[in-house]
Amino acid sequence: MTDEPILELDHARISYFTRAGEVNVIPGLSFALGAGEAMGLVGESGCGKSTVALAIVRYLGRAGRITGGRILFEGRDVAGLSPSELREMRGRRVAMVYQDPMASLNPVMTVGRQLMEVPMLHEGLGERAARARALDMLAEVKLLDGESMLARYPHQLSGGQQQRIVIAMALIAEPALLIMDEPTTGLDVTVEAAVLDLVRELRRRHGTSVLFISHNLGTVVRVCDRIGVMYAGELVEAGSIRQVFANPRHPYTRGLLDCLPTLGRDKRQTPLVPIPGQVASALVRPAGCGFAARCVHVEPGRCTSEAIPALPVTGDPGHAAQCVRAAELPPWERRRAVADAARGRRSGPIVLRVEGLEKLYRPRPGLFRSGRAPVRALNGIDLVVRKGETLAIVGESGCGKSTLAKVLAGLETASAGRVEIGGREVASMRVESRPLELRRTIQMVFQNPDSTLNPSHSAGYAIGRALRRLRRTPKGEAAREASRLLGVVKLPTDLGDRKPDRLSGGQKQRVAIARALAGNPDVIVADEPVSALDVSVQASIINLLNEIQASREATLVFISHDLSVVRYLADHVAVMYLGAVVEVGSVADVFAPPFHPYTEALLSAVPVPDPDAQGIRIILEGPLPSATDMPSGCPFSGRCPRRIGAICDDTPPPTREISSGHRIVCHIPAEELTRLQSAAPSSPSPTR
Amino acid sequence: MTIPATAESLPAVPERVPLGFARAWARRLGLVAESKPALIGAGIVLAWVLAAVLAPLIAPYPPNATSMAAVAHPTPSAAHWLGTDHLGRDLLSRILWGARTVLTVAPLAVLGAAFLGSLLGLAAGYYRGWIDLVIARACDIVLSFPVIILYMIILAHFGSSAFNIIAVLTLTKAPIIARIVRGLTIELREREYVAAAKMRGESPLYIMLAEILPNARGPLIVDMCLRTGYNVVIIGALGFLGIGLPPPDPDWGGMVKDTYGMMSVWPHMALFPCAAISSLVIGFNLLAVGLREIGLRD
Repeated sequence: MTDEPILELDHARISYFTRAGEVNVIPGLSFALGAGEAMGLVGESGCGKSTVALAIVRYLGRAGRITGGRILFEGRDVAGLSPSELREMRGRRVAMVYQDPMASLNPVMTVGRQLMEVPMLHEGLGERAARARALDMLAEVKLLDGESMLARYPHQLSGGQQQRIVIAMALIAEPALLIMDEPTTGLDVTVEAAVLDLVRELRRRHGTSVLFISHNLGTVVRVCDRIGVMYAGELVEAGSIRQVFANPRHPYTRGLLDCLPTLGRDKRQTPLVPIPGQVASALVRPAGCGFAARCVHVEPGRCTSEAIPALPVTGDPGHAAQCVRAAELPPWERRRAVADAARGRRSGPIVLRVEGLEKLYRPRPGLFRSGRAPVRALNGIDLVVRKGETLAIVGESGCGKSTLAKVLAGLETASAGRVEIGGREVASMRVESRPLELRRTIQMVFQNPDSTLNPSHSAGYAIGRALRRLRRTPKGEAAREASRLLGVVKLPTDLGDRKPDRLSGGQKQRVAIARALAGNPDVIVADEPVSALDVSVQASIINLLNEIQASREATLVFISHDLSVVRYLADHVAVMYLGAVVEVGSVADVFAPPFHPYTEALLSAVPVPDPDAQGIRIILEGPLPSATDMPSGCPFSGRCPRRIGAICDDTPPPTREISSGHRIVCHIPAEELTRLQSAAPSSPSPTR
Repeated sequence: MTIPATAESLPAVPERVPLGFARAWARRLGLVAESKPALIGAGIVLAWVLAAVLAPLIAPYPPNATSMAAVAHPTPSAAHWLGTDHLGRDLLSRILWGARTVLTVAPLAVLGAAFLGSLLGLAAGYYRGWIDLVIARACDIVLSFPVIILYMIILAHFGSSAFNIIAVLTLTKAPIIARIVRGLTIELREREYVAAAKMRGESPLYIMLAEILPNARGPLIVDMCLRTGYNVVIIGALGFLGIGLPPPDPDWGGMVKDTYGMMSVWPHMALFPCAAISSLVIGFNLLAVGLREIGLRD
């Protein structure tokens, strides 16, 4: 690393100008990024992370402006660049990778054209040379079969492949700085792990500086050397990854770490601690520390009277925290689980039983093609859920977990097999034909906070309507009961008048939970209820679900792709792959060897916000096979790192009962799996 | 995390007093005032509405009163600001009175089309399958006719009256609205709140009217504004073809028809009614453009 930083922010002040006047989102931010260095910026949404990224390339739009300080890129102030200099900088020196790869790719151009365009335009390379460069770059981002890849259009690629192409496009001009804004947020864990590895490797090889923006502390640990924690537009703590994670000095950093479910955490031992309140609006900036209103260590007067400077942490060069109490805070201790978690109870009566459940989607035969192969979304699912327990269903996107939820809820019907809810057969009963009592029994919480509530209806109406339909509550009483339910989900009752556009994401999800509770259901199916929320909000929603479930003895079917959340919340876990359950058991059993090879790969891919817990990882190669031509043997055989031979491809694997209730569907015997997996500790085991 | 590329996506102030009904409307009107096209369009339309409502009070002459003195000199004068037509009828008064018919017939026809079209579009988009097929094909058939010919046939058959014009405009415009609503419905029916409504056992009618339609209203209102403007044009054209409202009541299109033969001598007789039609159409178009702008911003 040279002395001259690639990027330096010197009291940069950024504002948006709105109808209401100037909104100062970044009051004065300073940091430097050296050549070849990777720095992560983390914080909840609304903290100004993306604004910083956009300001560096002066991409703030008409409303945004740099109103003070300097942003120096390679020693030049970006505010003073002429349009042509700016173009040169954006084209050759800085590259950006955003969350949604489809938004960065042109859908009507082949991948090859888009890749070749960069060197042809900016370096005047000929078509031939540009093509060679593009092929080299594809090899670097580990896309096999580059020739055929060049001829494809973006929609013919998977999400992971698309993001690799975007990274290839970003790096093909050999930029000095790569800005990545939540580059893996939309990807599956196994794909995310592969992309993060790739970024780390490429940055080492090309010496590119990286500014990596993420809400996920775990991903930052995997890629970056340094980390900056942002809150309300200010850098509240900065230092090397090791410094900040071993000894976080700012209460906000501690809050972020404490509210994060990690693989070693469990609802029985180390409850999540959400950060109280929400990110303050940039419209009203308090006099003292911006975080004071949410801080548990706040000292009125000292913290709230004047602006807090960033103070170096004594005895820890390069580590700074913007907190007057930084030095006095007690030493921080990472919450690690102690030994083995308690086994899930298996006592209550069975409320939900699924046997041999199958769901086929038949594509409608078109005029010129008939009888395309049906899509097997669910392929023989067997599950049993008992009263009062939480069953988590995990798997990557496309594994059929949401289809399973829809069949349970009656939004889809099964093609074959049985689904029993409270002793009633409902597999082929759509929700419209289910009797009231059955509809009341099972309710659902959906994934997307922006579409779960009708934007035209107030929160109170949404809950009241559910009460009237499911419990036949008279109108006046329904309003009262709705306020009570708002209290149950810990929302102020006057929120009932508000429509969704005036609720935050977490509040919307709470209203949706209250709506699901209106019928006093026995089974709540929650389909990724926290995946669209910020970590601190996520923690409070998880706690709420946990509390409601415990106090009502309700059964929770929790669908998630996030193994950390599942580890924390579930009693039992079912791991799904391509429409089939490959492993099921109590949470303690599933998260400890022997694992199914797929579970093992999933676990090793989970980004862990702990620099010391980097185990050997398994990167799954190859794409997810299509659900139309299912392999005749094990569905996972094509990607399985522990494949033992032709038997995996040809013969359906047996279900092995490892211990009571713990089943693995694999050709490899349990003892052998245990031996293999403890020999190479491939995952941050919860018991270490 | 989304990129706050515009100021509107900044976090709103969380602690706002809940808006009352009246204040919510005041806020909406405030939004209209912020879009220049919407403001100008609303101004023009409102001026015409006022003119129509107040025509009996502000029109200087009865609409069908003739003035022998003016026949000889029909050009604009102090007595007749916009002049008179070939029969000596005051143009300003006739245009003001004419606004009454246009501003009754055009919006009523649009309301009718919106009502019918919304029901058809909701049913087609919500149920899909054969219902969708039947409705979509029926709409295609209606839309495939040359519209003016269709009006001429129908109006020639049933006679021209304000009611018949409204009925015909309703029938011919409903398919267009049905298509728009169908498209929106297909998208909105996949929303999670619709699934939630199904899970509490709501009827399809409730889901269509209470869950889907209110969220389709933005594009629908914009389209209704545009469609009202088009209706003004069609009513003018029908009047010009002589199958508009029966004479002698003033009708802008009919006024042009009666006088365009004298265009080379007294162009004002045709030009002023034409200007009236144009300004009203432009007003509705600007309002539609502005409302769309506001809708996009929200």
